[in-house]
Amino acid sequence: MTEQLDAGVAAWQIKESDVLDGREVGRARRRKEDARLVTGRTQWTDNIQLPGMLHVAFLRSPMAHARITRVDTSVARTQPGVVAVFSGADFAAEQGSLPCVWPVSEDIVIPDHPPMAVTEVRYVGEAVACVVATDRYKAADALDAIEVDYEPLDAVTDMTSALDEGGPKVHEAGNKAFTWTFAQGDIEAAFRDAAVRVERTFVQQRLIPSAMEPRAVVAQTDGDAFTLHSSTQIPHILRVMLALTTGIPEHKLRVVAPDVGGGFGSKLQVTAEEVLCLLITRRLGRPVKWTESRSEGNLTVHHGRDQLQRISVAADADGRIRGVKVDLLADMGAYLMLVTPGVPLLGAFMYSGVYKMDAYDFTCTGVFTTKVPTDAYRGAGRPEATFAIERMVDELAAELGMDPIELRRRNWIRHGEFPYTTVCGLTYDSGNYEAATDRALALFGYDRLRAEQADRRAREDPVQLGIGVSTYTEMCGLAPSRVLGSLSYGAGGWEHASVRVLPTGKVEVVTGTSPHGQGHETAWSQIVADALGVPFEDVAVLHGDTSSSYKGMDTYGSRSLVVGGVAVVQACEKVKEKARQVAAHLMEASPDDIEFSRGEFRVRGTGTSRTIQEIALATFAAHDLPDGFEPRLDADATFDPDNFSFPHGTHLCAVEVDTETGATRIRSYVAVDDVGNVVNPLIVEGQVHGGIAQGIAQALFEEAVHDADGNLLTTTMADYLLPSAADLPAYTTDRTETPATTNPLGVKGVGEAGTIASTPAVVNAVVDALRPYGVRDVPMPCTPERVWRALGQARTPQRTDGGLS
Amino acid sequence: MPRISVTVDGIRYDEEVEPRLLLVHLLRDRLGKTGTPIGCDTSNCGACTVLLDGRSAKSCSILAVQADGCDIVTIEGLSTDGTWHPMQRAFHEEHALQCGYCTPGMILAAIDLLHDDPDPSEETIREGLEGNLCRCTGYCTIVRAVRRGAREMSRDQEGAATS
Repeated sequence: MTEQLDAGVAAWQIKESDVLDGREVGRARRRKEDARLVTGRTQWTDNIQLPGMLHVAFLRSPMAHARITRVDTSVARTQPGVVAVFSGADFAAEQGSLPCVWPVSEDIVIPDHPPMAVTEVRYVGEAVACVVATDRYKAADALDAIEVDYEPLDAVTDMTSALDEGGPKVHEAGNKAFTWTFAQGDIEAAFRDAAVRVERTFVQQRLIPSAMEPRAVVAQTDGDAFTLHSSTQIPHILRVMLALTTGIPEHKLRVVAPDVGGGFGSKLQVTAEEVLCLLITRRLGRPVKWTESRSEGNLTVHHGRDQLQRISVAADADGRIRGVKVDLLADMGAYLMLVTPGVPLLGAFMYSGVYKMDAYDFTCTGVFTTKVPTDAYRGAGRPEATFAIERMVDELAAELGMDPIELRRRNWIRHGEFPYTTVCGLTYDSGNYEAATDRALALFGYDRLRAEQADRRAREDPVQLGIGVSTYTEMCGLAPSRVLGSLSYGAGGWEHASVRVLPTGKVEVVTGTSPHGQGHETAWSQIVADALGVPFEDVAVLHGDTSSSYKGMDTYGSRSLVVGGVAVVQACEKVKEKARQVAAHLMEASPDDIEFSRGEFRVRGTGTSRTIQEIALATFAAHDLPDGFEPRLDADATFDPDNFSFPHGTHLCAVEVDTETGATRIRSYVAVDDVGNVVNPLIVEGQVHGGIAQGIAQALFEEAVHDADGNLLTTTMADYLLPSAADLPAYTTDRTETPATTNPLGVKGVGEAGTIASTPAVVNAVVDALRPYGVRDVPMPCTPERVWRALGQARTPQRTDGGLS
Repeated sequence: MPRISVTVDGIRYDEEVEPRLLLVHLLRDRLGKTGTPIGCDTSNCGACTVLLDGRSAKSCSILAVQADGCDIVTIEGLSTDGTWHPMQRAFHEEHALQCGYCTPGMILAAIDLLHDDPDPSEETIREGLEGNLCRCTGYCTIVRAVRRGAREMSRDQEGAATS
């Protein structure tokens, strides 16, 4: 292990001191954000204490599905410290319905989603009442005094049987939310006379995103305007949606995302608690705070994944893929939240992966169940698609008796073929799958590990070695607005930036992205430092507050750099052009004769120059500016790209599987990613590492489990297995750099890549280890028990009298 | 109501507390020491780790009354005269944090780990930090940071011994 960790460091040496011709972009700058985070001077939402602030606690449904017949809050109101108690009926006239902005089909069923249940509850944890009290302990105490009578209704917990006619219904309109289809090429012809056809069913288990900071909300009002602090990824979207939901005019509502402790999609939401805290503060006129406990969060923060994938691949005898057919069931949970129905669509275009093929057919049905709604979780749709295709390519290789790398080489888009329009209609702008794969194979020692695998197989070693491959790509950088519109998404995908040059030459950048751990303050400072030639330290980045940053589309879908970072570049260009006018005027030259380099405007061919700081001061004084020149260098830009971003890479995983106990140990993990040009290699490596860890977690550890009555059994971190340092390996990482051709920075998204790539690499490795025993799949998470059962089933001849016990 | 006396980051506090008040809520809600965050309610995540009489403790699993008479160091009390503790520097240098929510607990747990083993192997670090969860980093950079912090702390101690 020690040797491997050091190898990881050696593979990508990261030194802040590396001199890059004086440029900031590309430099492994240590983060500006860290100072407050390592010293505890943080501003988490729960840290906020306001004079007269009250605390909210929610009473939540203990039943997955029930009619509410009575709520009695009278005793609770008399408890010490209790200021108010509300039930759903109290809010019914004003609470509206939580928004879903992605109606994917014309006939989609979008049920009413009251923030607090009024007549019926549809998942365990749905809010039915709340107490507002002088401290958090008193609020929690008084919950016990609220009486609620429920008339139980049937839980709906299984997606497949939920679609049966005559079964219990989650909503009046039935359990089908929508069916969405997409087809390209002649799929019948592709499958009709194919030499090989492989069909598999994969379960994408339900996951709990588990950002380390639980959600918290603070709402306050001065009687006219409202301020909402929330642990959210989307202050801008939240402001619009809350205005539309509560009727508070948008200009009277300020939303602030202070320090936010991780999101991974789980804070890309408009939550019941945000709406209700606003309504409570409106009623009581006092500031209120709500902070969830982890077990409350596991019940109520939207979950991720939860799809059932039936996938078939048809290929020629030489391994050429002819077509892919996908039939998907996606568990929506009880309601459609912000982008719930759109998540499988984000995967729909990725089932062809890095491969060329003739035809593709995709059908997805969204299904209601009595569980907490699903929505975006790191990768959102793309991990599911990538898992399915990468698992299938390994299955196809096994079927053909071909090396999985060789099979991929025969099918992938070659470097010389970019830009390439895939069977799904996406145009991948750039990529070099050969380079990333060759580098990964070398770092991994592929041939040596295959030899060891053969040896262990020959010896019938009880500990078998498995090798898993994942040559992934993904579409990210959400944008472009026109494409999102064509998919019925309710908003655009542009991003906004403002650059303000202060009198002393310091620079403030206002970004519409909303970081929650990514390091935008550092990366944006690097970009601006290069663009304007100012020191890295002279740049401040403002974000996450709609009063300072009024315009933005926030952070998710690996979009911040490729959309928001480019907006920063464009705003800087405008600043530079204005400064050039002033410089030319001051030096009595034509603007066309002014050269700009590293913060200095120079009259071409002379020694006369002015620094950008001097220009800033001259513009502030405004004593001597060109005629008609507006005395400011500040500029805005809103960028809407033409295309998505397509990072790619090759991940290789070696596992040792103990065939006697079912225990899996990751022996080595190599990731070579191509995310185009890199602004800060340290931050990129961090994103890749964290992404891989979350993908491994899906492969081996995590699963949200419900019983037949719809009770979540994994409500705590004791039951839901987030991997610790002891559970995860060291990663060997490297990069190839194929610049994106669709933005001036040449960058591609990186936030989700690791998660998308790693899950199939790990599961492919586990299955590869067990293939000699006849195992063709192990359902996720591949726990020792599941591996052991898969081995048992493969070893035991199939019985016809009721199957295996 | 029980009366307790605790020293937190060098300042003595005499407080009347409900017997059920958790130490972490005393720190955060009463004393304003919000540098110590809360990540779970089952003592699994370790975000709320503080040093209690020099050893790491999860402040969500201790009642304030149990800390009576104790000396507590939180992340806010780790720097001296504005100079970061070597472990704080190491976490910054090695990019061992992203969102930073687990960081206070991770740093304090790492310092306690070095108490028992000033030159820990990767395995020792990984097992020693098993009670502190991070969702962002994948842990490699945290392991590197703890090693770096250990090196710098032993160098500081050697320096102190020879000067």
